[in-house]
Amino acid sequence: MSTATWVENRPTAGRRALDWRELWRYRELVAFLALRDVRVRYKQAAFGMLWALVQPLAGLLVFTVVFDRLAGVPSDGVPYPLFALVGMTFWTLFSGGLNAATASLVANSALVTKVYFPRVAAPLASVLPRLVDLAVTLVPLAVLLVVTGTLPGPQVVLLPLVVLWAVALAFGVGLALATVQVRFRDAHHALTLLVQLWLYASPVAYPSSLVPAEWRWAYALNPVAGLLDAARWVLLGTRPPGLPVLVSLAVTAGLLVLGVRVFAAGERRFADVI
Amino acid sequence: MTNAIEVEGLGKRYRLGEGLASGTVRDAVGGAVGRLLRRGRAERESPADVWALRDVDLQVPQGASLGIVGRNGAGKSTLLKVLSRITEPTVGVSRTRGAVGSLLEVGTGFHPELTGRENVFLNGAVLGMPRSVVAARLDDIVDFSGIGRFLDTPVKRYSSGMYLRLAFAVAAHVDADVLLVDEVLAVGDAEFQRRCLGRMEDLGRSGRTVVFISHNLDAVTRLCSTALWLDAGRVRAVGRTADVVDDYLREATPDAGRRTFVEDPDSPVSLLALDVREAAGGSAGRLRREEPVVVEADLVVRERVPGLDLAVSVETLNGVRLLDEALTDTTSGAATPITVPGRHRVSLTLPPLLMPGEYLVNVWIGTTYETLVWEHSAARLRLEGSSQARPDRLLAAQGSWAVTASSASAAGALP
Repeated sequence: MSTATWVENRPTAGRRALDWRELWRYRELVAFLALRDVRVRYKQAAFGMLWALVQPLAGLLVFTVVFDRLAGVPSDGVPYPLFALVGMTFWTLFSGGLNAATASLVANSALVTKVYFPRVAAPLASVLPRLVDLAVTLVPLAVLLVVTGTLPGPQVVLLPLVVLWAVALAFGVGLALATVQVRFRDAHHALTLLVQLWLYASPVAYPSSLVPAEWRWAYALNPVAGLLDAARWVLLGTRPPGLPVLVSLAVTAGLLVLGVRVFAAGERRFADVI
Repeated sequence: MTNAIEVEGLGKRYRLGEGLASGTVRDAVGGAVGRLLRRGRAERESPADVWALRDVDLQVPQGASLGIVGRNGAGKSTLLKVLSRITEPTVGVSRTRGAVGSLLEVGTGFHPELTGRENVFLNGAVLGMPRSVVAARLDDIVDFSGIGRFLDTPVKRYSSGMYLRLAFAVAAHVDADVLLVDEVLAVGDAEFQRRCLGRMEDLGRSGRTVVFISHNLDAVTRLCSTALWLDAGRVRAVGRTADVVDDYLREATPDAGRRTFVEDPDSPVSLLALDVREAAGGSAGRLRREEPVVVEADLVVRERVPGLDLAVSVETLNGVRLLDEALTDTTSGAATPITVPGRHRVSLTLPPLLMPGEYLVNVWIGTTYETLVWEHSAARLRLEGSSQARPDRLLAAQGSWAVTASSASAAGALP
């Protein structure tokens, strides 16, 4: 016991970085918090996991009626329902993760004020249950792919990377917004608005090919644009990714770094302010 | 001997407008802070800072047990939060050696929808116990809690007693080199508290370093070889527990008489003043044992709180609770008059039961579900008089005796 090293607590001087090695030591806590969220969500729910399908399928229905039947929006040469379902699936993964990560610190405020743990465990654990929802949504998607005979090409092996991209984007933006929400509870209302606008600014119901080619790189500054293009290429074999996808990837990386910075700067004061 | 905890020049400042970290800091400065906060604009120009801790130096050798005493808001909980790294100090440094287990609350992270078993593992992870360790100790934890066959029932179906026992059982099985414990013994029935104290004694004997905050001075005296007295964020005394506790008691508890409290404008209810006097009048501070005593509380209720109740408890300086009288014990349970917003004066007349000596008077205001005001040792009760040469008893009921001549037939039955 006497060989154990000192752990110090002193005022922060200068910029702080997140301690990822410490987060790894707390991986079981992350797993238990994620597991708690999954269990709690489906306890005493008559339809259980089926609810994970409701949001993307309802969106699919509305989009098909409004954008496909009424407005006649193109869908990059694949059946529109398939096109919209892939969009909704990944949009739901991203926006659900973003909402959960933003709320994670306040939702776990009892933990934040009463025990020590690397604070980043809370937003991380809150994003992970979204993967369960994703797995559930992939089932009808797979059925639809088979029924319509739109079998994905070999690029389907990249699917995990696209999923990781969506999670990383939600996590990065969520880290920054969670930090804001610790101090300002109304960040929650701003987020609702942001997500709503972001949905229509992203090619969920329409293809990004509607944007004039010379402006597509600018459109891709919205990282969700590149994300959805990549997802559709991987699952439906639409246009292979080009410069816009790279732009979106770079923006995602930038947002992730920014989110981590903001979070690390605020982290030590969470317990005082929350 | 090496130290397990070292603290040097530690200070923790809370700046107004940022929200305050702990309920206890709030208790101390609540009213004043709230009013300043509300003034809003003045906040930036005059940063009225609150130092919850100031110039604290401390060394705790490995295997020692340290008790921390002090009034509400003296900085006790803040010190534990800094030691456990929940919050960072404003100046100075604290160091701990080895794994730290902080039990600032029992059942942190418990979720009502999860079963007892699921909560044990979750709470274990929250307290830093590896899953394998929790699994290995599951039987012990279940035995300790006594919840038995309810292990796979969601904890929302538990009684509050079962819930607390399970939560404490997990906490009691935390295995850390340094244990930081905040008033967790204030839960459960007497039998359970005894087991918890026993468990903490075991931990102390097995070489763990224990830091223990409690208002139960008897427990502090029993468990801790040394004690630290915090007063308004500063160290008043460190040393042998018996000496520190004596000094603290002599000074910290006001004598009988009227005492006013800092009110917290954010709380739906505040205690404004407390008065302890002889029912028949007479000078404050000198109460005669054979006279009834009146405890009178002034409070303000800012919003309607259904089921609001007030209780006055009396305990010995060692923390043995002798009386706990609730307003709803004698008024009709449905709606006590204090549930109505406004100012109220509540008085309780205690018959002359207590022996001469010194007692602490506590005031609790709340509902079945939450505590809104808890003023431990709100007043000191000093009763003078004769113990009638039988000082070993706690109470003198002075029941009425009757002696009559027994009947002739009974007498005749004797040989």
